[in-house]
Amino acid sequence: MSYRNDPYDPKQVALLDPAALAEAVADATKAFEAAADPDALTALRSVHLGDRSPVSLARREIGALPPAAKSDAGKRVNEARRAIESAYAERAEVVEREQAERVLVEERVDVTLPYDRRPRGARHPLSVLMESISDLFVGMGYEVAEGPEVDLEWVNFDALNIPADHPARGLMDTFHIAPAAGSAGSGLVLRTHTSTVQTRTMLSRKPPIYVIVPGRVYRTDEIDATHSPVFHQAEGLVVDKGITMAHLRGTLDHFARAMFGPEAKTRWRPHYFPFTEPSAEFDVWFPEHRDGPQWVEWGGCGMVNPRVLRACGVDPEVYSGFAFGMGIDRTLMVRHGVSDIRHLFEGDVRFSRALGTGA
Amino acid sequence: MRVSVSWLREYVDLPADLPTGDLEQALVDLGIEVESVVDLAESVTGQLVVGEVREIEELTGFKKPIRFCRVDVGAANGTGEPQEIVCGARNFAPGDRVVVILPGGVLPGGFAIGARKTYGHNSAGMICSAKELGLGDDHSGIIVLGSDVTAKPGDDARPVVGLDDVVLDLEITPDRGYALSLRGLARELSHAFDVPLRDPALAPAPVGTETPAYPVEVRDTVGCDRFTARLVRGVDPTAPTPSWMQQRLVTAGIRSISLPVDITNYVMLELGQPMHAFDADRIAGPLVVRRAEAGEKLTTLDGVNRVLTADDMVICDDSGPISLAAVMGGETSEVVAGTTTVLFEAAHWDPAMVGRTARRHKLFSEAAKRWERGVDPAVALVALERAVRLLTEHGGGTPGAEILDIDHVRPRTPISLPADLPTRRVGVEYPPARVVALLERVGCTVAQGADRLSEDPGAVGVASGVGTVLSVTPPTWRPDLTDPADLVEEVVRLDGYDKVPSVLPTAPPGRGLTPRQRRRRAVANSLAERGYVEVLAHPFVSPELADQLGLPADDPRRPAVGLANPLSEEEPLLRTTLLGPLLGILKRNLGRGHRDLALYEIGAVFHPRVGAGSPPAMGVDRRPTDEEFAAADAVVPAQPVHVAVVLTGDIDPAGWWGPGRPAGWADAIEAARDVLAAAGIPDERVEVRAAEYAPWHPGRCAELRVDGSVVGHAGELHPVVVAALELPRRTSAMELNLDTLPPTPVTPAPTVSGFPPALIDVALVVDDSVPAEQVRRALEAGAGELLEDVRLFDVYSGAQLGEGRRSLAYKLTFRAPDRTLTVEEAVAARDAAVAVAAERLGATLRGA
Repeated sequence: MSYRNDPYDPKQVALLDPAALAEAVADATKAFEAAADPDALTALRSVHLGDRSPVSLARREIGALPPAAKSDAGKRVNEARRAIESAYAERAEVVEREQAERVLVEERVDVTLPYDRRPRGARHPLSVLMESISDLFVGMGYEVAEGPEVDLEWVNFDALNIPADHPARGLMDTFHIAPAAGSAGSGLVLRTHTSTVQTRTMLSRKPPIYVIVPGRVYRTDEIDATHSPVFHQAEGLVVDKGITMAHLRGTLDHFARAMFGPEAKTRWRPHYFPFTEPSAEFDVWFPEHRDGPQWVEWGGCGMVNPRVLRACGVDPEVYSGFAFGMGIDRTLMVRHGVSDIRHLFEGDVRFSRALGTGA
Repeated sequence: MRVSVSWLREYVDLPADLPTGDLEQALVDLGIEVESVVDLAESVTGQLVVGEVREIEELTGFKKPIRFCRVDVGAANGTGEPQEIVCGARNFAPGDRVVVILPGGVLPGGFAIGARKTYGHNSAGMICSAKELGLGDDHSGIIVLGSDVTAKPGDDARPVVGLDDVVLDLEITPDRGYALSLRGLARELSHAFDVPLRDPALAPAPVGTETPAYPVEVRDTVGCDRFTARLVRGVDPTAPTPSWMQQRLVTAGIRSISLPVDITNYVMLELGQPMHAFDADRIAGPLVVRRAEAGEKLTTLDGVNRVLTADDMVICDDSGPISLAAVMGGETSEVVAGTTTVLFEAAHWDPAMVGRTARRHKLFSEAAKRWERGVDPAVALVALERAVRLLTEHGGGTPGAEILDIDHVRPRTPISLPADLPTRRVGVEYPPARVVALLERVGCTVAQGADRLSEDPGAVGVASGVGTVLSVTPPTWRPDLTDPADLVEEVVRLDGYDKVPSVLPTAPPGRGLTPRQRRRRAVANSLAERGYVEVLAHPFVSPELADQLGLPADDPRRPAVGLANPLSEEEPLLRTTLLGPLLGILKRNLGRGHRDLALYEIGAVFHPRVGAGSPPAMGVDRRPTDEEFAAADAVVPAQPVHVAVVLTGDIDPAGWWGPGRPAGWADAIEAARDVLAAAGIPDERVEVRAAEYAPWHPGRCAELRVDGSVVGHAGELHPVVVAALELPRRTSAMELNLDTLPPTPVTPAPTVSGFPPALIDVALVVDDSVPAEQVRRALEAGAGELLEDVRLFDVYSGAQLGEGRRSLAYKLTFRAPDRTLTVEEAVAARDAAVAVAAERLGATLRGA
């Protein structure tokens, strides 16, 4: 302890006194502890570490010390300063953490406030269904065929083996297009079935033909809960070599499972359609029907009548084919338990929004 | 067709204890649709008894005449005293036997019968009509039992009125006329249950005689290829129709008229042969069967005076037409109350002729229905004999010895059927013997080995293969069997549709959706994602719509395709724009309390081919040539697919976050741009221009152009249109023709530079009349390749700019692909951009 003997003014170097330095450290630490937030802490930094702070002032005093004492005093001051800085840093970490936590609490909002600022749109449920039917068949290699809604009577009837005087034509409840002035008949109708596209497809393509035809059709039915003058059908047509009724059943079974679940199956009832022979109506077993599992009438089908093939330029000695058609509106109504067909065409946004989103 | 099972059992040995469910399933499997099966025994519960009317007291002072009756019901009511019943019917007298339901009974429809006080008297039970018992539609009076009924008061009335039976209501498809008879149905059921059939058409009947029963001349043997007739003289005109016959007619929905007429209807139901009964004493001179002369008149049995055409067939006497052949008889020769000489006619008419006549005169009689669907030409004489026997049995009289039979029926041509065709078409292995057996079962005559292919080039659908070819002659009652495919159906139908296996065919590789189909989906999904709700409107519109929309006189949307038979006379046209029906749906939604609406529809509109005329006639015996079909197709109206939106209310709703923003012209134009973007049309090929086009507001309408061609319009609707259609103010709309858009090009990839952008704002002052679109184009043209983006961020007009001027503030983004731009480069590009705007449009820098 050689410095004790060094001649220096004890009053002048009081700041370098170990006790005084210890006090400065203690004061600073205590003040830092009292700082409640980062701003208050920052304000204390100049007081305890700034130019006028005790440790800074003490450092200035070192020059006044005898050389032998300088090193010792310098070490003491540095230690004190490090201690204060360390205390500051420790406290800073705490108040900053506290501050961050406080902000998270203060910034809390009511996340249950309704936010429907961008109104949700929707497809029409029939469009969604027609697209999913198309996708199913496209996945099987079919193509989606289309045709006009106003079409030639020849396309809608004659070519499909429904001659003008045949009672089947009378059963169709057809909208006829008004003839031009001075003309007896327009020869045009609003198509009564998507089978018109059978005619047009066979006229324009060579077999093999595998097409699915979703579309709008028209009958002169007065509007009520189960009838609409406008409704939708999906028609399938296959013309290829060696096509049999077994292929028809396989296709319908596959279709039924896609629409009504893996347990769905079809059953046939002999029926009459002029454009198919043999013909059948088919029902589908729908396990999830809202009134319990049951058979639901679904559509008509059969082997394309050779007369139709011939009228459309397909050689019935080489090719055979099957065709089926079912009501899309009916499928939608059965699947979703819609009791009134008017909901499909009134355009109430609540209906489309409820059923027209999702696939 | 409504028939009772007991009647069917007369011709086919159905199992004695056949459950109705099995019967129904058998019919369905045969291709006969079952509308309903009613077990009549279960339809009326409680005591339904025969009563004898003792006294009738007429009650007066009520709105309608009412009777208070005392009816002897034997011991059925427990007391033996006459039952007191109030009744509104008047077609009975003391001594008549009637059908009474006693208190506690329940009639069809859950109508419970009790004892109650009515019209001032106690009424305990009810005297029933046929309709009340569910036996038919006759509600003209209560049932009065005929004298042939032996039941006594108090006996169970169910067997008496046929309420111990099961009634089938069947829907027969239009190809199977023979199934509109007991004979045909019994035959079908005999197949289903494999039981013997007693075909009533096999009953012996005398053949035609040298001397005709009545002088008849058939002048058109195509329209009428068979005509048979026989007289019965001295018939008791007062003879009633027996109750059993009445019951069966009533069940079938046919009114009982008189014994001779009822017999013709009964024979029609039994054998499928429609007949007619003339009063021979009211015919003058010989009968002539011929086509009518255009304009000839005839008053038919329903009292309607009809004007005939040259396509109708008539039966005439010296006075002219007395019957509209095959469809309805005439008033002057019908059987009347005093008729004693009856001439029965059973003929065979051309089905197509009858169909046309029935439709032309809107006379869909039971007879016409059967003719149209095909009647057995071989059954006429049996039917005649049956009718004569029934009449003489129940009405007395003497049948004439002469029988007329003018027969021009051509024998049926056999059909050549390769024996393996059913197997090849159905996918089930049918040995030839099985095919033959099944065809013989439906009545065909099958000869083997006769290869008629070469002789019969007209046969349809015959695959010429090796193996046995069957020569199949269908029975006379199956005119529907004409082609090999028809025989295939008979085979699979009788063998069972349920035996057809399930095999998925393999399609060749497909090409997926067409570009047009993909585009339509992309457009639809894009609008839905942007908040629009898709609707599907009916396309029917009123002629007034064009005026309401303010379409000019020469607007191409004015000529519309019209319907000859619209559902509503108010809406006889098909839409030429989606907007009419879509705005209708907008209004319906508003009416239901929805305020903020954004709707869209994608669908066809219809434009007539003015002056195209009628399509040329085309046959079906061969494919039309491409030229023939093209000529016909040219008449079909153009039906482009459009997309339209309509908007009203707020497009951005108000909420706790702040106020909403009303939808307007700009949203409609944005929707149009969105559609074009979703359709894959690059922005630089799209141009928006101001336009004046109905039904839009002339100052707030844009036309959308792609490559310079107009593809649609968008904006706010004209205030006059809004008023005419009673829409909310500022309703906005957009409509584009998707079919006029060019194909989606393959878009070249952009250069995506990783260097920082230089952003410079410019405010240009231009004349009010200068469209922003042109300013943008000028800036783009001047700025050169360094320009990456131009964004208008402010539009300002104010006094300091001067009258008729406005300031457009743009943020220009410059970027180079290979370096960081210097300030000098960016400023030079900006200056060049402004210079072009100044040169083209007189733009000045604001503040400069």
